[in-house]
Amino acid sequence: MAKGSIVAGCLAPHPPHLVYAENPPQNEPTSEGGWEQLRWGYERLRESLSKIDHDVLVLLSPHWQTYVGTHFLGIPHFEGLSVDPVFPNLFRYSYDMNIDVELSKAIHDKAKDSGLAVKMMENPDFRVDYGTITTGHMVNPAFDKPLVVISSNRSTHYYSVEVMQEMMMELGRVTREAIEESGKKAVILASNSLSHRHFTTESEVPEDMSKEHIASHAMHLWDMRIIDYMRTGQAQRILDEMPEFTEQAIAESDGGGLTWLLSTLSVPDYPAILHGYGTIIGTGNAIVEWPCHANKGDAQ
Amino acid sequence: MNGSLVGSYVVPVHPHPLLVPEQNEGWSRLRAAFDEARDAIKESGADLLIIYSTTWPSIIGHQIQADPNPQWTLVDQDFHDLGSMEYSFNIDAEFAEAWNEANHNRGLQSRTVAYHGFPIDVGSVVALKLLNPDNSIPAVIVSSNVYANRSETTVLAKACLDVIKGTGRKAVAVTAMSMSNRMFTEFIDPSEDRIHSLKDDEWNRKVLEFLEEGRLEDVAQLSRTIHQQIRVQKVVTFKPMWWLSAMNDNRNNLTGRVLAYEALHGAGGAVIQLNPTSSGKGDKEYDEDDVEYYKGERNVLDGGGDSIEIEAPSSSSTGPALWEPPEGKGAVNSDAAPKPVGMYPHARQVGDLLYLSGVGPRQPGTNAIPGGPIRDDEGNPIEYDIKAQTRAVVENIARILEEAGSSMDKIVDVTSFLVDMDRDFAGYNEVWAETLGHYGPTRTTLAIRALPTPIAVEMKVIAKI
Ligand SMILES: [Fe+2]
Repeated sequence: MAKGSIVAGCLAPHPPHLVYAENPPQNEPTSEGGWEQLRWGYERLRESLSKIDHDVLVLLSPHWQTYVGTHFLGIPHFEGLSVDPVFPNLFRYSYDMNIDVELSKAIHDKAKDSGLAVKMMENPDFRVDYGTITTGHMVNPAFDKPLVVISSNRSTHYYSVEVMQEMMMELGRVTREAIEESGKKAVILASNSLSHRHFTTESEVPEDMSKEHIASHAMHLWDMRIIDYMRTGQAQRILDEMPEFTEQAIAESDGGGLTWLLSTLSVPDYPAILHGYGTIIGTGNAIVEWPCHANKGDAQ
Repeated sequence: MNGSLVGSYVVPVHPHPLLVPEQNEGWSRLRAAFDEARDAIKESGADLLIIYSTTWPSIIGHQIQADPNPQWTLVDQDFHDLGSMEYSFNIDAEFAEAWNEANHNRGLQSRTVAYHGFPIDVGSVVALKLLNPDNSIPAVIVSSNVYANRSETTVLAKACLDVIKGTGRKAVAVTAMSMSNRMFTEFIDPSEDRIHSLKDDEWNRKVLEFLEEGRLEDVAQLSRTIHQQIRVQKVVTFKPMWWLSAMNDNRNNLTGRVLAYEALHGAGGAVIQLNPTSSGKGDKEYDEDDVEYYKGERNVLDGGGDSIEIEAPSSSSTGPALWEPPEGKGAVNSDAAPKPVGMYPHARQVGDLLYLSGVGPRQPGTNAIPGGPIRDDEGNPIEYDIKAQTRAVVENIARILEEAGSSMDKIVDVTSFLVDMDRDFAGYNEVWAETLGHYGPTRTTLAIRALPTPIAVEMKVIAKI
């Protein structure tokens, strides 16, 4: 069997607003658009990924929050209705997705061997979280490729960002190994935004773009700093500054997705492509791709 | 109508007592306590169950469940292997809508949700399935706002009480919450369950001791400390105690009983009953502001901007338009004082004397009235706090004097106007004695029919400069 590989790693945030704004058939509410900068960014990411041969999408979502270990969806097929508990007015989505249970189990087993607390989720009544569905939709609205879905362990809040990073670096390493051993070509998706201070009010028309801006200047500065590191191939500095960034920008990197992503890519020292940046009810969101298929030397 | 809160309960959020009580003795004792609470609620004749759940976070204000019959099968994000929780609840949508409106009336962001498939949170599902298994008592569920501070949470409870009183309901309030919420981060055998650490256990016992003595408001005031000590930061805070205490008029002399206290995968789970009957113990050492209206965010972030500003408080909609104070000769105007309601400056200097225009309690910037307006938008009289209004007047005077280069000790003469001498003189006089009285200006107090904004007190000041 040929050696598997990670063909791209992406920061792919999951605000339900983006799905709402697109009016896809799966979502019940309708909108007049909105958040185009980000949606065009996702368009560019989809275009880019369509040119890279891949078998599976491996995703970590901060909205499947587990306090006891890291969990993996462990049944081949999930379908149902997902209603966002925070923005039910925007997101009521009928999902239908397939899981690459074999690869999930392989990552699970390796993580267990390396000492992480892990569990397969095998309850057929389980509802897939809206973060997974939103990122899954924005990257591949047809849902015609299987996913591996990994929960977000809350170690940042139990312990510290440092402990979270230690765990996520390890999880990233075993994720890469399991992919390589599987013979499959995988796209890695970290489903999180950057700075994460929301507005606490919503405008009459949620997609009224005259009301949309970053929550504060400090949040903007942090987002630009992190994006700059991404674009200049300085992933290590992101990891180094993760504690300050996560605390000061209340960043959704607290869920571990970004650290895990950078670890799966062996902490890339090549530039990432910024497909788009924009704010959603004040939070900062970037769509970023590390094109590791073009940097084989680094990814191996 | 004469509605009231007939009981309060604190219950844990994890699904073990519902799904697998037989796997651990502590879990089965929690289950028995839930059953006891269920029977007590039924006997109390309650006709409404109100759940404040910490496992339902919200961002845009508070959300209130308003689907009359929500149905789904819930699986816990962590404990999915314990089984599925099928539910079908009886929600009082009418009460939910009324509460939502009462929230708006008190300045809160709030909305109802009524969508098929809405994910009702685990804390609410466990509470309703165990406390109200036959759905005989209609229920409402409210979210826990992640950004809400104490005042917002207190006002949420007061709005709820407005509706309970207005509709004559006999309500039971339930907070679905953990005590210490630190769980084991590894998988454990059910037989090994215990409170995560000795420190968590000690704090839990202290909190339970307070509650057993009926000292709910003391626990509410300690809530930030408790949160820091035994709670996972960010996840949820100990704010349900703010809500529950405000639902009980911030009392410290309730009759409390701990029905069970056990570990749930390391977290502290307790079933606690708080009865409104007075325990006969002393009541309060109440020292935090008792808030009636939510005045919105303080805009501490540098972004500011339209979308995080709240609407002007209701008081301004009944009053006259606000003016930019004119800049005539000798005029002194301050951004730190409320905008005038006509074309006049805040003060005018003549020689070494400073004449202030009539100063009321309105807050600079927000135009809100501390202690509340004296009438609502329709012009109906409402309860207000004369002491808070008087104090705000004095603070506004101090700001204007400071801006003009004068100070409180230089005040020569004050003329005070009260719209209700009988009701307000004593309170006004008390604040006077604590503040301006110290500096010894001469004073004249008059009763007048009305002031241009819905305020109860205004002062006219002459000071030296
Ligand atoms: Fe999120």
